[in-house]
Amino acid sequence: MSKSVLRGLRAAALTGTLVLGSPIGSHSALAAENPIKLGVLEDQSGDFAAATIGKVHAIQLAAEEINKAGGIMGRPLELVTYDTQSDNTRYQEFMRRVLQRDKVDVVFAGFSSASREAYRPIVDQFNGFAFYNNQYEGGVCDGHMIVTGAVPEQQFSTLIPYMMEKYGKNVYTLAADYNFGQISAEWVRKIVKENGGKMAGEEFIPLGVSQFSQSIQNIQKAKPDFVVTLLVGTAQASYYEQAASANVSLPMASSVNVGQGYEHKRFKPPSLKDMYVTTNYIEEIDSPKSKEFYAKFKAKFPSEPYVNQEAENSYLAVYLYKQMVERAKSTKREEIRKVIALGDVCMDAPEGKVCIDPKSQHMSHTIYLAKVGADHSISFPKIWEDIKPYWLGEAGCDLTKKDPMAQYTPSNPPPKP
Amino acid sequence: MDIATHVFSALYQFGDAFAFLVLSACGLAVIFGMMGVINLAHGEFIMCGAYVTAATVHAGLPLPLGILTGTLVSALVGVVVELAVIRHLYERPLDTIVATWGLSLIATQGTLIMVGSTMAGVGTPFGSFQVGDYSYSIYRIVLFCAAIGVLAALYALFNWTRFGVLARATIQVPHMAAALGVDTRLIYSLTFACGAGLAGLAGGLYAPTMTLVPTMGATFIMEAFVTVVIGGADVFLGTAPAGAVLAVVKSVMTSWQGQLFGQIGLLVAVIIVVRVLPKGISGFVLRERT
Repeated sequence: MSKSVLRGLRAAALTGTLVLGSPIGSHSALAAENPIKLGVLEDQSGDFAAATIGKVHAIQLAAEEINKAGGIMGRPLELVTYDTQSDNTRYQEFMRRVLQRDKVDVVFAGFSSASREAYRPIVDQFNGFAFYNNQYEGGVCDGHMIVTGAVPEQQFSTLIPYMMEKYGKNVYTLAADYNFGQISAEWVRKIVKENGGKMAGEEFIPLGVSQFSQSIQNIQKAKPDFVVTLLVGTAQASYYEQAASANVSLPMASSVNVGQGYEHKRFKPPSLKDMYVTTNYIEEIDSPKSKEFYAKFKAKFPSEPYVNQEAENSYLAVYLYKQMVERAKSTKREEIRKVIALGDVCMDAPEGKVCIDPKSQHMSHTIYLAKVGADHSISFPKIWEDIKPYWLGEAGCDLTKKDPMAQYTPSNPPPKP
Repeated sequence: MDIATHVFSALYQFGDAFAFLVLSACGLAVIFGMMGVINLAHGEFIMCGAYVTAATVHAGLPLPLGILTGTLVSALVGVVVELAVIRHLYERPLDTIVATWGLSLIATQGTLIMVGSTMAGVGTPFGSFQVGDYSYSIYRIVLFCAAIGVLAALYALFNWTRFGVLARATIQVPHMAAALGVDTRLIYSLTFACGAGLAGLAGGLYAPTMTLVPTMGATFIMEAFVTVVIGGADVFLGTAPAGAVLAVVKSVMTSWQGQLFGQIGLLVAVIIVVRVLPKGISGFVLRERT
């Protein structure tokens, strides 16, 4: 028995880590010649799917609108879509495939920072061109990448001082244990210190963990004024329900929740009461542009559970790409970057006006502070307009002059010339 | 803070870890530990129980009835799976890995396509209570009691009922049991259904406290396999002490160094136990007794 059990477990361990690949290729029905090919690598299954299926839909919506209006420079936009299954190795495999076999002009790829860092060297190696349409921990200084998501100086420099002023200076961070959580926590630490506060505690949670009794007790022990939750993936989202049922009614601050995983829709009120999130878009934003976008989205995808910030990032990224290609009169990365270097690649997105910063190839955003009420309704106590992704540029990253193809953090800034 | 508060908080954390390990593992202990079927779809039976529970609660049923429905539906799915797939693979344990793994992929992706990427939660009942500086969820105590109840019920079922005796006889020496007039096929089906139902029960009990997503079963599977491998073949004598030992390791390591070390502790404990006691804890206990 023991031997067969052991063998079985070993086999289970082996097979458990393998995931069969079944790419879902979706080719546009447009028959026109010489389309512009856009690779879409997003998680349509697995732990992150809840937050990322909307990104694929947003890209499909934008592509359909563009194609109806005559395409890009008269060429139709063709999507080459693969399901990356929330698995970093799938990203590497499919990134090679879209760049080498499908020969796409541009790739829109990635949710988790681990997946981005998994595929980024491949984009660099094959001289590809990729958009990362996701909020993240910041610091990627790479000429092959355009980042349309928000970064810490946009999300934390606004959120943390607001929370410290409103609730107090003792801060506890509960973060996912991988590059995103670790580097974001570093940002929180830095901003808390700059504002004269102190860290009551920090805990990093491995991805996939769903039981939080001990962490909840640790937080109660540390007695913070508010908790910064940087929890990623659907398993970790169980924290809110468990904390609420243990009566931890501390205010929470986050750069990822609500705006990504619409936890306020998924959990029964009031488990997310007093959650504050800085996001550049969520479907509750009450402006004409936002409502128009939301209506278009719901018309095409009536069963979409939520239109999150990543969906908006992905949608506007397609239009930004269109604008850049038309101005460069080319899909070549070098030509497009010459347009970016002019510093006036801007558009009126559903969130408001956004522009690409030539130094870092990141994007300026309107940052909305969303507050979750006891009944899980959203209010916006504060809105910051035109917040620039300034940190990389100030720290010494200038992609118009030099392309280091690296990621930097506050403790590991770009080397001074 | 006084000593009583510390003792209570340590006991609470132990009970919480114990409940999670035992409830995750019970169904697997029957199907894998007893029957020898390596059931990689165990997590999906749990997910099935949780989804049915949540759906019935949304439809207006009270939570306990919802959990009961979840358990029964999982057991029913277990019967179907046993009849359609597992029945043909009892002599081929390695093939059951592939078959049940395939089932788990189908179940996860099928749920994603048909029900969507998430399902609204149902909220944890009962509220909280205060001991010293800490407040605790009452539902967690309920989970602990449920784990004890399930263990007691399993012990009674397999030792004191006719079905239990027939099930153990059938699994130990199937042809002898058949020769004595036992309908072994029926017994296999019922035992498998029992395991699937227990998985569904775990899902139903944890549904109010967790995110309901198609992949939620995966968060149980490591703990379940670890507990069963350490426990060995006997459902009661294995799972209960294994759950207790691992709960101590996990809660101590987690409170000392955080969640990551809690998981490392679990895996190290498995390696040590499997090395020292190849037949698991129940093998060790039973040998001592004879």
